[in-house]
Amino acid sequence: MNAETPMAPANIVKAAKANILQGINAAIADAMEEDENVIALGEDLADPEEGGVCGVTKGLSSRFGEHRVRSTPISEQAIIGAAIGASLVGFKPIAEIMLMNFTTVAMDMIVNHAAKLRFMSGGQTHVPIVIRTMTGTGFASGGQHCDYLEAWFAHTAGIKVVAPSSPKDAYGLMRSAIDDPDPVLFIENLPTYWSPAEAPEKGHRVPIGKANVLSEGSDVTIIAYARMIQEAMPAVAKLKEAGISAELIDLRTIAPWDRETVVKSVARTGRAIIVHEAVTPFGAGAEIAAVLNEELFGRLKAPVRRLGGAFCPVPFSKPLETAFAPQTADIVAAAEALVKS
Amino acid sequence: MSNRATPDAATQLEIYRRMALIKANDERSRKVIMNGRLVMPYYSPRGQEVIPSAISVNLTDEDYICTIYRGSHDQLAKGLPLKDLWAEVAGRTTGTCKGKGGPMHVTYPAKGIMVTTGIVGSTMPIANGLAWGSQLRGDGRVTVASFGDGAANIGAFHESLNLAAVWKLPVIFVCQNNEWGEHTAYDKTSNVKVADRAAAYGMPGVRVDGNDPFEMYAVAQEAIARARAGEGPTLIEAMTYRFFGHVFGDADAYMDKARKADAMANDPVPRFRAQLIETGIATEEQLAEMEAAIEKEIDEAVEFALASDFPVVEELKRDVFAEEMA
Repeated sequence: MNAETPMAPANIVKAAKANILQGINAAIADAMEEDENVIALGEDLADPEEGGVCGVTKGLSSRFGEHRVRSTPISEQAIIGAAIGASLVGFKPIAEIMLMNFTTVAMDMIVNHAAKLRFMSGGQTHVPIVIRTMTGTGFASGGQHCDYLEAWFAHTAGIKVVAPSSPKDAYGLMRSAIDDPDPVLFIENLPTYWSPAEAPEKGHRVPIGKANVLSEGSDVTIIAYARMIQEAMPAVAKLKEAGISAELIDLRTIAPWDRETVVKSVARTGRAIIVHEAVTPFGAGAEIAAVLNEELFGRLKAPVRRLGGAFCPVPFSKPLETAFAPQTADIVAAAEALVKS
Repeated sequence: MSNRATPDAATQLEIYRRMALIKANDERSRKVIMNGRLVMPYYSPRGQEVIPSAISVNLTDEDYICTIYRGSHDQLAKGLPLKDLWAEVAGRTTGTCKGKGGPMHVTYPAKGIMVTTGIVGSTMPIANGLAWGSQLRGDGRVTVASFGDGAANIGAFHESLNLAAVWKLPVIFVCQNNEWGEHTAYDKTSNVKVADRAAAYGMPGVRVDGNDPFEMYAVAQEAIARARAGEGPTLIEAMTYRFFGHVFGDADAYMDKARKADAMANDPVPRFRAQLIETGIATEEQLAEMEAAIEKEIDEAVEFALASDFPVVEELKRDVFAEEMA
């Protein structure tokens, strides 16, 4: 790659800092370089279409060819169907569904086919695809462009769900998702694409199903993922000032989630708060809370708390949108209330 | 049509063998269900025998098909062994899918039977992916996506045909127009022929008498040759008639009795049988022998299936993911 391609993965991995978008780009590029069966498709994906609406796949089609990095019509069923079909015959397709709300258009392909073909065929076929999709509040996009719908997919047997919160995890989870022999839904948070942090190392893998303890503590365990990590980190600092020692776990994988790490932590702290941007009812937090109750009943010092999005469509107006998702102050208040109870 | 390829004698016999197999297997399936020996959702392909038989003689084991819940005719024509089929529909561990798929999800990659779906319209998007794989590898394989006339009205049809045309994929879309989408007649659900819709995507669309083995053979051969040559997809609308209700047990009161009687009187299987004898391709004895062999093979398959073990409960945790679940 020449110096005129700023997104060149070689440059990224050498840099001390990178953002999430670059981490994903580098992971796909490295995988495509290593394995010619890795292919990608989606709306606006190739360079003539600017490498994706946010440029996540910029440079890939120029480097690997438009036969391997293909822009598609706006046809979500056809995109996932093509990914599934190619995966049945040995390819490792990465399909982009631009926004998570658009997965609704392809639910038959994802839920009835990608997730189930291994089981329904008695293991004769399998669907090693990655479905990349972005979402998240913060860009004033209103009710149909920002939803976190991970619970729907986590509720479906046969599909894995990951949601990285850092460039390193984005790279490492993408590599693991591509390696994985089963379908993986890879959720990208749009507003934090450009947040710089430590750059990933080439070849780095983050195991699917393994959480990351970002900060150790003894009074309360905060379990979060995706952009909520950015709300939870300052909450941990504020709680420390208030004399409360909070442990922060970045779940990273929602399905299958790291029960061992979470249960062990809460067994120690006796208190848990689960934070996600998805609406609270029937969300991932409900499942985690249920398991904590099953595993730790009698050892909990306080009821498990959930902090999630308000139970309404994502609103447009800025003050409403800001109030929709949990914020640092909500996490601090919830933790203080738990510790005092 | 006259300059189209006519199948040679051996191919005609092979088309008939596949048709006779499908017919006999359908008759046995209904009998076994009626006798209470087996409980399964059953979607009879009776009346539609010609279509997959005349198509599949133009395919190899390496070519792929995707079919639907009404798909035993497509599967048998593509070479699915009877024992594997019967054990699967009986839910036994010796079935194609270890009994975990059942009649609506029969899969047999050794013969290119990649997906059987219970969702109307869902063969087409996946068939594109199989064909994209062939295009990327340049392996010369083609993919046949089967679906009914009802599926022509679902969004996946539009998305898939458009993508296949734009990408010039080696795929053949075969609409088996049996006049019925579940309980509703096709002409109540669309103002145009299915084949005419191909023009909207810039691909050839051919309506053919799907109960005429020669016509079906020739049209399929052309479409398959186009696909293999890298010239892109074709939409074939094969006209046929579903002899029975949507699903076994459906009293089919909504089907016009005269139309149905007429279709049954023109049963394509005995019709082609008589033609083979009349034109000297086969003798009565030859065909009777062939049919007896099929019956015997079905006898063996049914007994094999019913004598096979059911899967163990641990199978619930297997094949969900590559790794067995805890």
